[in-house]
Amino acid sequence: MSGIKKFVVGSFDDEAVLFPAVKNVRKAGYKIHDVYTPFPVHGLDHALGLRETSLHTAGFIYAITGTTTALTFISWVFTKDWPLNIGGKPHFSLPAWIPITFELTVLFSAVGMVLTFCYLCQLSPFIKKHHFSARATDDHFVMAIECTDKTDDAEVESFLQKAGAKDINIQVAETGWWIGRYDKEQKLYRHELGY
Amino acid sequence: MSLLKYESQQREPLIDGNKDYHQVTEDIISPIEMKPSRLWYIGFYISVALLMFGVYSIYREVTYGIGQWNLNKTIGWGWDITNFVWWVGIGHAGTLISAILLLFRQGWRTGVNRAAEAMTIFAVMCAGQFPIWHMGRVWMAFFVLPYPNTRGPLWVNFNSPLLWDVFAISTYFTVSLLFWYSGLLPDFATVRDRAKTKFRKMMYGVAAFGWTGSTKHWQRFESLSLVLAGLSTPLVLSVHTIVSFDFATSVVPGWHTTIFPPYFVAGAIFSGFAMVQTLLIIVRKVLNLQDYITIGHIEAMNKVIVLTGSIVGIAYLTELFIAWYGQNPYEIHAFFQNRGNIFSPYGWSYYLMMFCNVVSPQLFWSKKLRRNVSVTFFMSIIVNIGMWYERFVIIVTSVYRDFLPSAWSTYYSPSIYEIGFYLGTFGLFFTCFFLFAKYFPVIAVAEIKSILKTSGENYKVKMGDIEKADAEKFYIEEVEHAH
Repeated sequence: MSGIKKFVVGSFDDEAVLFPAVKNVRKAGYKIHDVYTPFPVHGLDHALGLRETSLHTAGFIYAITGTTTALTFISWVFTKDWPLNIGGKPHFSLPAWIPITFELTVLFSAVGMVLTFCYLCQLSPFIKKHHFSARATDDHFVMAIECTDKTDDAEVESFLQKAGAKDINIQVAETGWWIGRYDKEQKLYRHELGY
Repeated sequence: MSLLKYESQQREPLIDGNKDYHQVTEDIISPIEMKPSRLWYIGFYISVALLMFGVYSIYREVTYGIGQWNLNKTIGWGWDITNFVWWVGIGHAGTLISAILLLFRQGWRTGVNRAAEAMTIFAVMCAGQFPIWHMGRVWMAFFVLPYPNTRGPLWVNFNSPLLWDVFAISTYFTVSLLFWYSGLLPDFATVRDRAKTKFRKMMYGVAAFGWTGSTKHWQRFESLSLVLAGLSTPLVLSVHTIVSFDFATSVVPGWHTTIFPPYFVAGAIFSGFAMVQTLLIIVRKVLNLQDYITIGHIEAMNKVIVLTGSIVGIAYLTELFIAWYGQNPYEIHAFFQNRGNIFSPYGWSYYLMMFCNVVSPQLFWSKKLRRNVSVTFFMSIIVNIGMWYERFVIIVTSVYRDFLPSAWSTYYSPSIYEIGFYLGTFGLFFTCFFLFAKYFPVIAVAEIKSILKTSGENYKVKMGDIEKADAEKFYIEEVEHAH
């Protein structure tokens, strides 16, 4: 997966231009490595053919792990390990355990989801990544098209020019372990319905 | 995204002025890149001085014991727990803005959520100090956690509201911090990518976790924010509910009421919004962010204040009514003698609370006053004082005269170190807030950009023209054609 790869990078300054460009580039058969945007552009993930994230499912699994952890632990402590008589109340007093159970549900889910998010997106302090354009976090929507041996760079460049890109250049980047997940995630345009 | 989302032209713009994406970045990030003003230094040093006084007060308390405070028998909870509840309450507005208003799709939250969330985190940090140092032998604070130990193991009491509080506050702090920090990643990346100095680039690069703005990352980011908002919404309600259980599950007249959870939550949001107003009115002025934190934002928050203030008012009246209706002599004594009787030792605090929390927010029924910055600032201070007194009234007036008249305590007034501890948390809060205002993007840049084309003034004007032209065309083509 890793290795030196070449990318044709085009920057757009308007998301209204970006959408048809994404469609045309994909239709022409080029492989969009990624589009970097300064804010979440709704619908762009669908336009790129990315599948839905299942991060929320992970969140749910963490949540029920928290629930079970809290309930089993408290029940074990109060009924098996050290049953305390608190004002003659039953040892298994579920209603009194709801608050802690709830808090642990939320805690497990939130912490687990954030860690999963960081893992999936390869986010961590001191990580070094290739940034195609410094303006991708400011006002540009940056599209990186991956080149293979067969790709004609000049052709891609002129294609992007026609599509409305403002700033076009060719960059070489070493794809680390964080790059290339898109190979699996992205559907080809011809595999989508209605093509 | 004018393509995908439509917003009515009747709505006031959320971002004033002629902005584009770059201008938004420029406006919000540039204060970070400039040297702080003289005013910032003055404010910061005052905060640090207060913090130092707080540290000294805590030092006295730890060295000589709780006796350094003027707590007595029967007032075992005084300023410390009052301050604890007050600070926790203040934290609630941040989560309400960032989580509940996200679920309600309130666009105006984008202008204020970052600062409000920061306020939440700092307020919870301050709140946590009080129960911890009140333990006296603070080096045993870890006893509140259920950890395997050599005493059996003897576990903590999971049936106790005080333990629920440990879990609630620590979960609340952790989740708020994660929510806040995950939202900050893209904005730190913005600061990193426009940094001129190597040091800044490195620091913000570390803080940004290598954020690139990839579409897939944004997709996951949005999913994460939505689920965290969904988790935080019941969480924030649970936190003050559990704080109120500390009181409500006891048998002390004045505390033993079922109305406490909703009443505490409403009060928390009420005081939290007041604190947000206090801070943001200063921040928008000092950092020149009036275009992003507009009068419309202030008005929206004032509407929340008048709503929650009125809920709190209803709760006060309900308490009084139930005390009378229940005909329990101890309840009646707690509410009509210890509080309601203005000539009783603490009667004044009850009426001060009533005035600040119930009467004064009613000013905000007037649109003119709601949109007046000076009035709002003044009112936010009044509400904060009122809400501090609410907790003081609940705690002190309920315990200073209990069932046995021979045990009635003498008048309680705090010692200098009790006051010092409280001032110290102000120091902690404002030290953190000053650092935040200087080094962090105080407004969520990416979120502002995502609503710019629907709610920005210049885009709204353009859209309005298009709509008007469309309406005219429609009239000419359809209506006149029909004639």
